[in-house]
Amino acid sequence: MHEMALCEGVVGLVEDAARKQAFTRVRSIILEIGVLGHVAPEAMLFCFEAVSHGTIAEGATLVIERTPGAGWCLDCGKTVALQERFGACPDCGRHHVQMTSGDELRVRELEVE
Amino acid sequence: MCSVCGCGTETIEGQAAHEPHHHHHDHDHDHDHSHGHHHHDHAHESNGLIDAGAGLAGVHVPGLSQERIVRIERDILSKNNDYARRNRERFARTGTFVLNLVSSPGSGKTTLLCRTIEALKQRLPIAVIEGDQQTSNDAERIRATGVKAVQVNTGKGCHLDAHMVGHALDGLGLEQGGVLFIENVGNLVCPAAFDLGEAHKVVVLSVTEGEDKPAKYPDMFAAADLMLLTKADLLPHLDFDPGACLAAALRVNPHLQILTVSAKTGEGLAAFLAWIEARAARRVPA
Repeated sequence: MHEMALCEGVVGLVEDAARKQAFTRVRSIILEIGVLGHVAPEAMLFCFEAVSHGTIAEGATLVIERTPGAGWCLDCGKTVALQERFGACPDCGRHHVQMTSGDELRVRELEVE
Repeated sequence: MCSVCGCGTETIEGQAAHEPHHHHHDHDHDHDHSHGHHHHDHAHESNGLIDAGAGLAGVHVPGLSQERIVRIERDILSKNNDYARRNRERFARTGTFVLNLVSSPGSGKTTLLCRTIEALKQRLPIAVIEGDQQTSNDAERIRATGVKAVQVNTGKGCHLDAHMVGHALDGLGLEQGGVLFIENVGNLVCPAAFDLGEAHKVVVLSVTEGEDKPAKYPDMFAAADLMLLTKADLLPHLDFDPGACLAAALRVNPHLQILTVSAKTGEGLAAFLAWIEARAARRVPA
């Protein structure tokens, strides 16, 4: 359940932003979570409610946007879609693929008032 | 973790437990209101629905309220990574070589560590940070070898984070030019994501586990620089296929170095000690 710690990270970033940007209420938090990362979105939603309680992020809607997986196949010399982390190149079938996206774990923006 | 100063529910042996900081604002009404958002009706994601595709545009009518968008663009783990960077700076000042030992529970990390310490303690100053949810059993086992050890109890936490390690360092007093072993909470999933400031993650896999562990838990094997295949003395009694295991590990991490060891017979320990000493020797106090 490291999603609990990740949600604490999200709340921490929101609180940092609240101090700098002077807002008092957060309507929604937009996260970018790659499909190849080690994070379960359902667990994030579950943990967020518990972790945000009593903070400025309480009651905010967590919007999770999934970034698709992609990698650079060294053998084909091109970017290919990746369905799984450390997966094979869909064209040549070899595993010489360096992941280039799909591992995102970011707070992109907040909708505040 | 306390979201104001970053303190968590963890306790560090020999240090007062963090007082809960009562950040909760005092409601003088009771909590039966349903947190309804008055203005918008995004089919309420709080019901557990992931609103993956819906953009912000079209959800509300702009200009009717004071809402605005604040760009953050920060990694969720950035706070942990900041603490890890500070730990790394501390290690650089003392010239400490730091290994983060990770594995599933019961792989024999502590036994292997005790054996390693016995062999190494005459040659290098050694200190240990032990992470477990509860008890100081492991730190006591380490201290019995004569080296300094601090136990961190993570409480609910399933991994050590860099902030906990920073607090543990305060109580440890690192000597110049030594080795610090951080024995993480037994868990092959969560510790992979948390940089503690170590030089290398070392993943310990025992032959009593399945040879497909690296395929099942690839993140940890991808994050590690060295894998120790332990309890090798049991291989004659098992159907474990070391070749298949190594192939699975190298598939997720072609750069992974692998040593086969046994804390019981001492097989492979000399190679592990040499691996440590060669890297520790390159550390020069700043």
